[in-house]
Amino acid sequence: MSPDISQIWVYLSASPLLGLTITLLAYQAAFKLYLRSGNNPLANPVLIAVAMLVLFLTATGTRYETYFAGAQFVHFLLGPATVALAIPLYTQFKRVRAMLLPVLAGLLAGSLTAIVSAVLIGWLFGASQSTLLSLAPKSVTTPIAMGITERIGGIPSLTAVLVIVTGILGALGARYVFDAMKLRDPAIRGFAIGVAAHGIGTARAFQVNEQSGAFAALAMGLNGALTALLVPVLAPWIGQLVSR
Amino acid sequence: MLSALTQLLIFQLAGEVVARGLALPIPGPVLGMLFLFIALMLRQGPDKELQTTSQNLLQHLSLLFVPAGTGIMVHLHRVADEWLPLLLSLLISTVATLVVTALVMKLCQRAPTAPGEAP
Repeated sequence: MSPDISQIWVYLSASPLLGLTITLLAYQAAFKLYLRSGNNPLANPVLIAVAMLVLFLTATGTRYETYFAGAQFVHFLLGPATVALAIPLYTQFKRVRAMLLPVLAGLLAGSLTAIVSAVLIGWLFGASQSTLLSLAPKSVTTPIAMGITERIGGIPSLTAVLVIVTGILGALGARYVFDAMKLRDPAIRGFAIGVAAHGIGTARAFQVNEQSGAFAALAMGLNGALTALLVPVLAPWIGQLVSR
Repeated sequence: MLSALTQLLIFQLAGEVVARGLALPIPGPVLGMLFLFIALMLRQGPDKELQTTSQNLLQHLSLLFVPAGTGIMVHLHRVADEWLPLLLSLLISTVATLVVTALVMKLCQRAPTAPGEAP
């Protein structure tokens, strides 16, 4: 009996099937918890699913690379999903056009704040240079952020993690920040979440309100593009920070 | 579903090709989103299938971040060594970005109010 089980495990641990299946299982369990909590932002499904997966992989001694061989099929869908954001954007286009000035001004201010404040605070508290470079694009969606980090000499896989933690923090905290500011406009709330917390914030915004979601999607796309332009320009400054 | 998924992939592919071909700093999928948006403007909206498939895909957008997020296990060392600067940086910067973006938008919105809008 026991040799059979270990043989099955040898097969499973080498095939992409397991990584893919546990990703879907962990996410669905996390999503059920989230729904049961009444969509409480503190029960963020990404956070809970990642925690479950890290525990499982560590407990079974599975390497991340082995896991990712299966999970990459889910990861790949980030591309088509980004393209699909054009649809809510189209639906809300009238409202977006009416708010063109606030949208562009908010984007520029928010994008700069996200990059500069992350790097400055990290530097202030003694983060290393490669960490600072990996921090700079932390507010934009994973594939974009990893591409930026690669170009300026940071660590792309570290960026992926920082991006996701940022997204979770944004999705967790946005409601409390906006309520404290007495800000109600779903368009502004959505746009600010999209600038600060990319796709994870956008996912949260869609669950709250369709208009918020569309504005978050717009913000996420625009900020991805703007950050890809700004960070390479700011990179020499980040390098200088540490050498001083 | 199949034709909708194919459409999304074609737009992503077009975005990738243009981004790389012209060496643009904008990532392929973002350009793909822009192209699809332009196509939607031209044909006055998505077909029903594209609408449904996209909705399904976006409904579980957060699932798509799980594989990359699990990558934290590779960086546990660095995270343990630098957890304080990392946490403070991400936390303060995220709140600051939310506040600054929302405030700037609110200020700009107040300046030129559209008089023709319904009350």
